[in-house]
Amino acid sequence: MKAYVYVSLKKSVLDPQGKTIQGALKKMGYKGLEDVRQGKYFEISLGDGLDRTEAEAEVGRIAREVLTNPVIEEYRFSLED
Amino acid sequence: MKFGVITFPGSNCDHDAYWAAQQVSGQKAAFLWHESHDLENCDAIIVPGGFSYGDYLRTGAIAKFSPVMESVRKFAASGGLVLGICNGFQILCESGLLPGALLRNVGLKFICKPVHLRVENADTPFTSACHKGEVLTIPIAHMEGNYFCDESTLAELQRERRIVFRYSNAEGEITAQANPNGSLDNIAGICNAGRNILGMMPHPERASAPELGCVEGLRIFESLATALATK
Repeated sequence: MKAYVYVSLKKSVLDPQGKTIQGALKKMGYKGLEDVRQGKYFEISLGDGLDRTEAEAEVGRIAREVLTNPVIEEYRFSLED
Repeated sequence: MKFGVITFPGSNCDHDAYWAAQQVSGQKAAFLWHESHDLENCDAIIVPGGFSYGDYLRTGAIAKFSPVMESVRKFAASGGLVLGICNGFQILCESGLLPGALLRNVGLKFICKPVHLRVENADTPFTSACHKGEVLTIPIAHMEGNYFCDESTLAELQRERRIVFRYSNAEGEITAQANPNGSLDNIAGICNAGRNILGMMPHPERASAPELGCVEGLRIFESLATALATK
């Protein structure tokens, strides 16, 4: 099983990198841009020892306790067999 | 009186902090390796600057899980004095020993320059050799020094006088221009409610000898030495 974890800054936290990318894209003429937020992406391979419910709990713990700083970041993840 | 300076893989201000601590303590300081739980009976702990664990994941995110930090948490909980400088401040925030977090600088650049700091609270073990309102000149050197916390935490820090240093101009005025990195409320350093843990982005150890061009950082170490001597 694989877990795909996405970490991004909370909406209430300014993301200067996202803003800079957005500014550059606008200058280059890309249309319809409202906002760009930059984040991090993790691919975690899990062994066969975990069923889906256990995997969900474990990846949730990893995301919450290690991959994010809850003061500034939030996460979401998906699992794939 | 003995100072302990933690060394993580990637620490690069540990020797400077060790030297500054030696100046005020009569030569007594020790390096504490990150993999050891042993604080070697040190009376104050310095978490130095640098790039612990390569700043991988987030600044301080891996360091907070190291064995030595477990001991630092216990040491701090029993009232021990802990000073976090730059990456050390980031590690203390990640560890939950201080509130908030240090974000990427608003200008997205690594900033290395002397800045003015106004002492907001001289009634701490780290600033007793300073006066409230005094302006110190101490260098900063960081990419992630943009202090952030939520509104209620900021209100709490203000109410409890836990903002110890703020970025100011030479006259001691707190202005947007004097804020080098976008820090909330121009915050450069904060302490915990117990006043025994201080985190600051500026590097007092780099302003601790005439040869370095500035000695005002030594006051932080002198304050610590005084606090330990009278303990």
